[in-house]
Amino acid sequence: MKIAVCVKQVVSREWQLRVDESNTWIRDQDASYELNEPDAYALEEALRLKERHGGEVVVCSAGPARVSQVVREALARGADRALLVEDDRLVGADAFATASALAAALKDERCDLVLTGLQSDDSGFAQTGVVLAETLGLPHATIIMEVQVADGALRVKRELEGGWFQWIAMPMPAVLTIQSGINQLRYATLKGIMAAKKKDVKKVAAPDLAPQHEIVRLYFPEKAKATRLIDGAPADAAKELVRLLRDEARVIS
Amino acid sequence: MILVIAEHLEGKLNRASWEAVAAAQQTGEPVKIAALGAAVAGVAAELAAADAAEVIVVEHPALAAYTADGYVQALAALVTAEAPAAVFLPHTYQTRDFAPALAARLGRALLTDCLGVKADGGGRLFVRPMFQGKLHADVRPLGPSPHLVTFQIGAYRADAAARGAAPAPVRTIAGAVDPAAVRQKAEAPFQEAKQAVDLSQAERIVSIGRGIKGQEHIQVAEKLAAALGAELAASRPICDAGWLPMERQIGSSGQTVAPKLYVALGISGAIQHLVGMKGSQVIVAINKDPDAPIFEVADFGIVGDLFEVVPALVAALNG
Ligand SMILES: Cc1cc2nc3c(=O)[nH]c(=O)nc-3n(C[C@H](O)[C@H](O)[C@H](O)COP(=O)(O)OP(=O)(O)OC[C@H]3O[C@@H](n4cnc5c(N)ncnc54)[C@H](O)[C@@H]3O)c2cc1C
Repeated sequence: MKIAVCVKQVVSREWQLRVDESNTWIRDQDASYELNEPDAYALEEALRLKERHGGEVVVCSAGPARVSQVVREALARGADRALLVEDDRLVGADAFATASALAAALKDERCDLVLTGLQSDDSGFAQTGVVLAETLGLPHATIIMEVQVADGALRVKRELEGGWFQWIAMPMPAVLTIQSGINQLRYATLKGIMAAKKKDVKKVAAPDLAPQHEIVRLYFPEKAKATRLIDGAPADAAKELVRLLRDEARVIS
Repeated sequence: MILVIAEHLEGKLNRASWEAVAAAQQTGEPVKIAALGAAVAGVAAELAAADAAEVIVVEHPALAAYTADGYVQALAALVTAEAPAAVFLPHTYQTRDFAPALAARLGRALLTDCLGVKADGGGRLFVRPMFQGKLHADVRPLGPSPHLVTFQIGAYRADAAARGAAPAPVRTIAGAVDPAAVRQKAEAPFQEAKQAVDLSQAERIVSIGRGIKGQEHIQVAEKLAAALGAELAASRPICDAGWLPMERQIGSSGQTVAPKLYVALGISGAIQHLVGMKGSQVIVAINKDPDAPIFEVADFGIVGDLFEVVPALVAALNG
């Protein structure tokens, strides 16, 4: 089975966000980056499917030159080779542009399955995988928590709201967007990191991008609610909080 | 005209549909509401109470159970025929499943998870969260209309949807669905086996997020829970990592709780977490990031390192 996994590089959670001078994007010159978390789960699922059914895992990413970092990481975790669509215009791109770039890399690959995370931690569109499916002419299902493959067909467990689920059957090839928590992640071993250096990374040109939206202003939201912030050294703040919860809010005795 | 796509499960209307109706009404444009299914007269009658120009029922046996392919086909035809100025939808799991394919098929822009609408000359800007809600963006959709817009659950109030003086007219049309082109086959929704812990009954909850850093630190929170007489709960990543069982997860894909006291330790306050706990009577947030969205719902907050603050709290409670 040939499985492609689309992964995105996002600014790391620990990095302190700042808005740039244009007020339309983040000041990312000194940002640190990481693999988008749901994509890490998609990669893990692909590696597990390969272990069960054999085949190949191809990692695919679209973005500026720096995204080769997450591609290397995916190769170190066990992906067999990579496709990289490198273009500076993909920074902050809309889902349609990203999906078009990924589709350009994947269209001749004839994968049985394409996996991606259900959304990214930066733009959070929750669109890319589904638009990619439509662009490639493949069926899809989203927010997947289990993947079963038998006789060339898929049966996948789709998460619904509030603890509900639903099984969906569909033919392959198909595109699935994977939910965090579907499996337990593995991390790269030293051996994996060494092996990754020899793996093939193929560059693919980005198609022309017609942007679908424009960020007019990016800003920290104004607070609507007045939180009572308690200052002071931890011991003093803790005492004051306990007093407030006992005497004012009366939620503890 | 703005076309709202309502959502229902087996004839039960999703309340988030009313939120999308409210968003559409507040633009001042005429509103039409569409519902898809095999037998949705009940849903249509309910929607007809809205102050709307029309309720359109799109019927086809192949729409009896939701599938992405069925909805995309039927809605692509409907949107083309109605030519609305915009299409509004609630940002539910179902919308996430079909709307991007619908937008791609129509070749139209889709803005997801929007929080509000702003005037922009003759057009509109949509406010949407970015970077897990830490930033907001005013976004202008580009390209030909209709643009598709989905609204975050709770961004508009369902009860803000205006009701009409008389029921809106209901028009039923045959859905343009080719069943042979529906590739997904959906089985009935189900819940996992009944959960052992019912956090909805807890009076006090101490909830941990990724700020707890490692499973070995959970005992820090357990001590606070013991001192408060509280149950322990968590955000999704904690349960994903297997540090606490899934049944202790709070949020859109976990439990919804409304205790007297909810103490959030090292939880950033992503919307999927907030929907599960924002009904709590008193919310306390302890987080080292003053910009964390959890402070948007917290009554009391301490900006600081939970590993310093929590032991101090335990001491203050026990002392
Ligand atoms: C479809 C879908 C469904 C989802 N369902 C759910 C759900 O049901 N429940 C849920 O919770 N999430 C859910 N999520 C995930 C959600 O979007 C967030 O990713 C998640 O809630 C973040 O968890 P967190 O706040 O623990 O982690 P993070 O966002 O990483 O936040 C960690 C916080 O800890 C703080 N921190 C770090 N160290 C310290 C310290 N030493 N002291 C104090 N503070 C510290 C940081 O400042 C940060 O604010 C869902 C997502 C999707 C897409």
